[in-house]
Amino acid sequence: MSTVTMLQHGKVSLALHRLRDGDGSRALLLLHGLGHHAPSTAPPWCEAWPGPVVALDFTGHGLSTVPRGGGYSAEMLLADADVALSTLGQATLVGQGLGAYIALQLAGARATSIRGAVLADGTGLAGGPAQPLAANVISLPRRDGPPDPYALFELSRDLRPPDYATVFARMAVEHSGLDEPLTISAVARPAWLVAVADEVGVAHASIRDALATYALIT
Amino acid sequence: MPWLPVAGMAHPRKSTRRFVGVDPTPDTAAHDEVPIDYPGAVAPAREYMLDVGQLNIAVHEWGDADAPPLFLVHGGFDFARTYDVFAPLIAAGGWRVVSWDQRGHGDSDHTELYSWDADLRDAAAVMDSVTSRPAPIIAHSKGGSMTIQLADGQPYRFSHIVNLDGIPSKRALPDVPDHERTRMMTTDVSSWLDLRRKVTFASRKPGTIDELAERRGRMNPRLSREWLRRLVTVGGRHDADGWRWKIDPAMRMGGFGPWRPEWTLTRLPGLPMPFLGILASELEVMGFGTMARHVMPFLPEGSRCVQLDGVGHFVHIEQPHVVAEMALEFIGSPSESRP
Repeated sequence: MSTVTMLQHGKVSLALHRLRDGDGSRALLLLHGLGHHAPSTAPPWCEAWPGPVVALDFTGHGLSTVPRGGGYSAEMLLADADVALSTLGQATLVGQGLGAYIALQLAGARATSIRGAVLADGTGLAGGPAQPLAANVISLPRRDGPPDPYALFELSRDLRPPDYATVFARMAVEHSGLDEPLTISAVARPAWLVAVADEVGVAHASIRDALATYALIT
Repeated sequence: MPWLPVAGMAHPRKSTRRFVGVDPTPDTAAHDEVPIDYPGAVAPAREYMLDVGQLNIAVHEWGDADAPPLFLVHGGFDFARTYDVFAPLIAAGGWRVVSWDQRGHGDSDHTELYSWDADLRDAAAVMDSVTSRPAPIIAHSKGGSMTIQLADGQPYRFSHIVNLDGIPSKRALPDVPDHERTRMMTTDVSSWLDLRRKVTFASRKPGTIDELAERRGRMNPRLSREWLRRLVTVGGRHDADGWRWKIDPAMRMGGFGPWRPEWTLTRLPGLPMPFLGILASELEVMGFGTMARHVMPFLPEGSRCVQLDGVGHFVHIEQPHVVAEMALEFIGSPSESRP
């Protein structure tokens, strides 16, 4: 049975689910896909992880606040994940879909605190194009409960230029002190992930194998 | 999208604002005061709140309510009342001048999230509430860049565009080596994330009118102290412990993201309506630093771009009469806009 802690990020309350207690070592932080939410139990692929397993509901998803009038960006979800990280100290990440893109950003932005990030398949992995489309200005009806329709709309078309993504990969490699701070387990490879896959310091393995490697890092 | 009339708009925040989560600057002790006089400055004739998807957007209008509408869009960290001198000059040309405070700015609601796409959506909602016909639009700085983006996606909204020093270009961001770009990004991102961790409890620093004017003067170094003092009394509120800018303390200058300034410029050639760019020549911290020579190759047929010598980013504040005259001449008579 998971327990939930509400964290405050600006005017948004974020739900951080503790799926499993551990031995006191580093936490594994799970970041979900677009339109999804934190799992209610620890996934089977992390059963060997020695520390606690926690999972975040991004803004507009799960038990977290649904904002008024949208305004989503991947960068604001990065800040959601960073607020969760601030309560954990250090963490290893598994990001699925949209969560993989956020995990990449967090691994670069907080390179000394993230001890390995696994980028996995999931909803919203592709995101939007590398260059902007014509403005698609529409108002969406509010629905009862999450996920927020604006999150689904805006985060499925947010710009993800490959050379922007690779900057985060290089930040992770340069500042983490790890030989391979990023591991790609995703089978699907949108353009941004293809570019990241070509970077030095990016490994390729299943989630289970990647976590076995990262669990050995102190 | 119902109208939310606010009696005289004297206390718009008290009567209509809703906050979700923490409002770090509750205004229970706040009270409004009469704005400091400034030559040529005129308060809006009409002010009201527009409910845009559970969000209150403060709309400010100058001129005859029955005149053809013309939209006026402010820049980042500004608000509609920064047009208190310029808007009356446009209204005197026979227009119903409609402006609004973008979300998080002025008297509009502070929200959970901010983005350009959300600003565009709010803008479209305000425009839809005023007219379904093409209307002229004058837009400054970030508002100008937003307007180009909106006109590219929804050209039917605009008959003419006048852009006031609001055309980003690549010039302002010189190419840097990859390793240097990585270092700059690391600094930018970690600094921004540090701020986001603390933003829940952020509050605008209180001060006297002169202190707030002095602070704003650092971003608006070419504007007079008298003007900045007036801005405090229309863009700030007087709490028990002093004046505060109304803008959401969660917002800050700068930041990072995948957007590139030159992408705005590349939308220009496809615009089907007449476009007038009025650019500054003096570089300022708030400006994009784009020069007319950067814009010329991208101008669509029938468009113009001029650069005002010796004028900074706030062209409409430094030279309100010159800029208003240029805009009115370019847009033409309001009688041609009547249905």
